[in-house]
Amino acid sequence: MTSIVKPRIAHPALPKNELGLTRRQYEGAMSTLCAGCGHDSVTAAIVEACWGLSLRPEQLAKLSGIGCSSKTTAYFVSGAHGFNAVHGRMPSIATGANAANRELCYVGVSGDGDSLSIGLGQLAHAIRRNVNMLYVIENNGVYGLTKGQFSASADVGTKSKRGEANTQPPVDPVLLALTLGATFVARSFSGDKRQLVPLLQAGMRHQGFALIDVLSPCVTFNDHEGSTKSYAFTREHYHAAVEADFIARAREIAVDYAEGESTVVTMHDGSRVRLRKLDPGYDPSDRVAAYDYIERKFADGEYVTGLIHVADGSASELHAANRTTATPLNRVPYERLSPGAAALGKLMARYR
Amino acid sequence: MQPTDTGHPDHYHRVVDCQWACPAHTDVPEYIRLIAQGRFTDAYLVNRTSNVFPGILGRVCDRPCEPACRRGRVEEKPVAICRLKRVAADHRDEVRAQLPRAAAPNGRRVACIGAGPASLTVANDLLPLGYAVTVFEQHGLSGGLMRTNIPAFRLPAEVLDEEIGAIVEMGADLRLNSPVTSLKALLADGGYDAVFVGSGAPKGKELRLPGRDDSDRIHIGIDWLHAIAFGHTQKVGERVLIIGVGNTAMDCCRSALRLGARTVKVMARKSRQFFKASEWELEDAESEGVEIVVNHAPKAFVIEGGRLTGLRFDVLEYELEDGRIVGERVLREHVEPCDDVILAIGQENAFPWIERDLGIEFDKWQVPKVDPVTFQSTRPGVFFGGDAAFGPKNIIWAVEHGHQAAISIHRHCRGLPVAERPAHAAALASRKMGLHEWSYHNEYNPAPRRLVPHVALGERFKKIKIEVELGFTPEQTALEGDRCLNCDIQTVFSAPLCIECDACIDICPVDCLTITADGTEAELVGRLKAPRRLATEPLYVSAPLKQTGRVMVKDEDLCVHCGLCAERCPTAAWDMQKSTVKIPHACDDEPTCQLPSQRQTA
Repeated sequence: MTSIVKPRIAHPALPKNELGLTRRQYEGAMSTLCAGCGHDSVTAAIVEACWGLSLRPEQLAKLSGIGCSSKTTAYFVSGAHGFNAVHGRMPSIATGANAANRELCYVGVSGDGDSLSIGLGQLAHAIRRNVNMLYVIENNGVYGLTKGQFSASADVGTKSKRGEANTQPPVDPVLLALTLGATFVARSFSGDKRQLVPLLQAGMRHQGFALIDVLSPCVTFNDHEGSTKSYAFTREHYHAAVEADFIARAREIAVDYAEGESTVVTMHDGSRVRLRKLDPGYDPSDRVAAYDYIERKFADGEYVTGLIHVADGSASELHAANRTTATPLNRVPYERLSPGAAALGKLMARYR
Repeated sequence: MQPTDTGHPDHYHRVVDCQWACPAHTDVPEYIRLIAQGRFTDAYLVNRTSNVFPGILGRVCDRPCEPACRRGRVEEKPVAICRLKRVAADHRDEVRAQLPRAAAPNGRRVACIGAGPASLTVANDLLPLGYAVTVFEQHGLSGGLMRTNIPAFRLPAEVLDEEIGAIVEMGADLRLNSPVTSLKALLADGGYDAVFVGSGAPKGKELRLPGRDDSDRIHIGIDWLHAIAFGHTQKVGERVLIIGVGNTAMDCCRSALRLGARTVKVMARKSRQFFKASEWELEDAESEGVEIVVNHAPKAFVIEGGRLTGLRFDVLEYELEDGRIVGERVLREHVEPCDDVILAIGQENAFPWIERDLGIEFDKWQVPKVDPVTFQSTRPGVFFGGDAAFGPKNIIWAVEHGHQAAISIHRHCRGLPVAERPAHAAALASRKMGLHEWSYHNEYNPAPRRLVPHVALGERFKKIKIEVELGFTPEQTALEGDRCLNCDIQTVFSAPLCIECDACIDICPVDCLTITADGTEAELVGRLKAPRRLATEPLYVSAPLKQTGRVMVKDEDLCVHCGLCAERCPTAAWDMQKSTVKIPHACDDEPTCQLPSQRQTA
C-alpha cells in the first residue's frame, strides 16, 4: 500500500495513440496492494494494452470478483464501466452484461481463488458458453487476502512461507480451458510485459472467450525459496513456446519471417496476431497436441507460456449460438423491450 | 555499459541541478526545506556558508540556479530560489553570535584591494584562521560595484551595511578612501604575505561617435550610477536614451525614471533574443514604462547650438540563420530626440596601478593571466578574483573566486602547493522512517510560480531609495517552498536487492526508470521507457540484476523525487537518501569557523 499520491504530471514526450491519449490517461486509482505485487504489473500491462488498442475508455467493461486480483480493476482505465461481483460470481455478471450489450469490450480480472475454487463452476460455464470476453487470472498460488494459505493452483511440493509443503494436485486453468473447448488460451508472467501486452491485446480482440493465466507472484506470502510461484522460480522455469505479436488494423507487418517460422491469425476486427514458434515442433492450432505438450513440459518442471492455443471462436460465440439482438438492449426502444400485457397474452396463448 | 559510480562525489551532486549550477554550490534544497519549516536563521546560515551575502544575493543575484532548476523542466517555471533566499535573510534572527569568529593572530598578513564581494569573501574565510586582513577601498563606502552600480531601489544600503558589517566586525581592517596607486609600493612594503586583487571591472566602455565630446549630457552608465549612489547626481533631463541592453542598462533606465525623466528609451542594436539583460530585469524595466527599441545602431550625437538634442541611428534589418545573424541591411536613418544619453555597453577591468615589471603577466588586452583554479597570477602570492580576474561576471562568481583564492592563500602562506586542492566529498543518509513514512515532504504541489509583490508604480518613483520588491508573503513563501522537488533526496538503488518485479517502473509518474538488457549507451537509450530528452542529464546504470542479468537504468532528467519507486519497492532496493555535498572552504577544520551547533564540547 502506498501513502504517496502519484503526481499528476507526465513525461512531456510520452507517445499518443490514435485518440490523442497518453498511457497515463488509461490509469486508474492508486493501488492499495502490497509493494511489489505482481498484480500491479498486470495492471500496468492492461493500461499499456488498452492504450495501444486506442480503446475509448467508455468502450471497456471491467469485471471482477473477490480477492487481491479482483481489486485491480479499480487501478486501470478509470473512465471504463465496471462491476465488482461477489466471490466467484464474476462470470455470470459478465455473461449477463455481454448478452445485453455486445458492443463493449469485456475484461474480467480474477484470481486463482476466485476462479479455481469458489468460482470454478462459473468459470467453466463461461468458457463453455464461449462468452466474448478476455478473462485474466492473476495466479499466485496462495490466498493473499487471508494471509497466504495454499490455493487450488498451488503445485505439489511447493512450500508455504512457514515451510509446509503442499500435497494436493493443482487445477491448471490452461488445461481446464483446453478441455472445455476455449478458442484462445494463453499463459504469461507479470514480470514479462513484452510477452503479456500483445497477448492482452490479442485476447481483447479475439471473438469468443479468451483466457490468459498470468503467473503473478505474491510478494508477501509466496516469494520465498521453495515456492514454485516466486519471481525467481518463475523466471527459471519459464518456457515460451510461441511468441505473439499483436498488429493493429492500420499497421503493416514490419518484418517477414521465413515460411514455417511464423503464422498470421487475423482477428475479427481485422487486426492480426503473428505467432512465432519458438519450439519448432509446437502447433498452437492443435488443441489436443497443446494439452499434451503442456503436460509433458510440466512434468519436466516448466511452465509453458505464450499463446498456447488459438482457433476461430466466432461460430460458437454466445451471441451466435443464442441468436441475440445485435443492438444493445439499452438502445432497443422500451415498447419493443416490454411489449405489454396484450403481447404477453398472445405469447402465452402459443403454449396453451 | 559500465555501472555508474555513485560513490563519486559529483554523481549525486549533479542531480541537484540548482546546487550544481551555483558557482558557490549553495545547498539550495536544504535551505528551502528550512524556510518551509520556518527556520529562517538556519536557512540563512546554510546560505552564508557558501555564498556569504544571502541578503544581498536574495535580491540581486544573477541566479544561475533558476534556469537549471528541475521544476523548469517538469513544468514551465523554476522555483523562485532567489526570492526564497531573501525570505530567510529578511526574517532571520540576529546571527552575529553564530558566525565564524576571528582566531588568535597567526602572524600572517593579507592585503585585499577593493572592498567588493570577492575581497570581502577572502577576508571572511581567512579571519577565522588568524590572518590579519587589510582591505583597501578607494571610495568612502564599502561594497564595490554592489553599492555603486546597483541602485538602492533594488538593493537597500542597510542590507549591504549589515552583511559587510559582519565581516568587518570579525576583525577585517577596512581602510576607506585608501586607493592603492602602486602595487609595487604595496609589495615593496614587505608587510604582506599575500595580496588579493578584487578591484572589479570599474571602467565603462566608450562609444566614440561624432559629437561625443561636444556635450556634458552624455554619460558612461556605471559612472553615472556611481554618481547617483553617492548623491552627486540627482537630476536628469526629460527624455533619456540608454544605449545597450545589459543589466546595467536596466539599472540606468529605471534610475532615470526616478530622477525625473518622463520618457526613457533603451536603444538596442539587435533584436530581443540577443539581449544580455536577464529576462526578469527586462520585465521589471518594461513594467515601469521603459520602452525598449530594437534594431537601432547609434551613428552620431546630434548637437545643435552646443546642446545635445538627439541621437542619430541606422535602423537595421538582420538576416538570421538558425538564430544567428548572417547579414544586416540599413533600412533608413532615424533621429531620436533626447536630453541625456547614458552609455551602458559594457565594462572592463583596468589596472593602471599595477606596474608591468612585477612578474605579473598581462595578455594583449591588458588582462592579467590568472589561473582559473587557484586564482594565482604569474607572480606567486598575488591573487586575483571577481571581475578583476576574468572580466565582468556577477556577485555569486566573485564570492566563489574569493573562496578559492582564500584556499590558495592559506596554502601559499603555509608553503603548500596551491595547485593541490581539497577534494569534494559526498554523504548519503536514508530518509526512511518506517512503513510509508519518509522524513521529507514529497507530495508534488502543482502550484505555479509565485510572483513577488511590488510597490505600486505611483509610489515607487517618489524616492530613489524605495525598494521596489516587497518580498514574499508567508503564504507565498509556503507555496513556493512546496514547489521545490527536493532533488537532494536521492533515489539510491541497490542492484543485489532487486527482484525485478517492475513495481518501480510501473508507478514512476515520469517514466524515468527502465529495466532492460545491457548494451552500449547509444543503443541502450533507444530502449528507455520514455524517450531521453537531454543528453546532458545524468543517466544511472546499475550493476547486472540477480535474476536476469538485465540492468536498471534511470534517466535523471525529469525525476520529481516523489519517492514512489522506493515506496513501491518490496525489497528496499530503492531508498530515498539525502545527499550532502561537502564543498571545501579555507577554514573548514578550524573550530572558530564552525557554527555553534558543530563546535565540539570539550
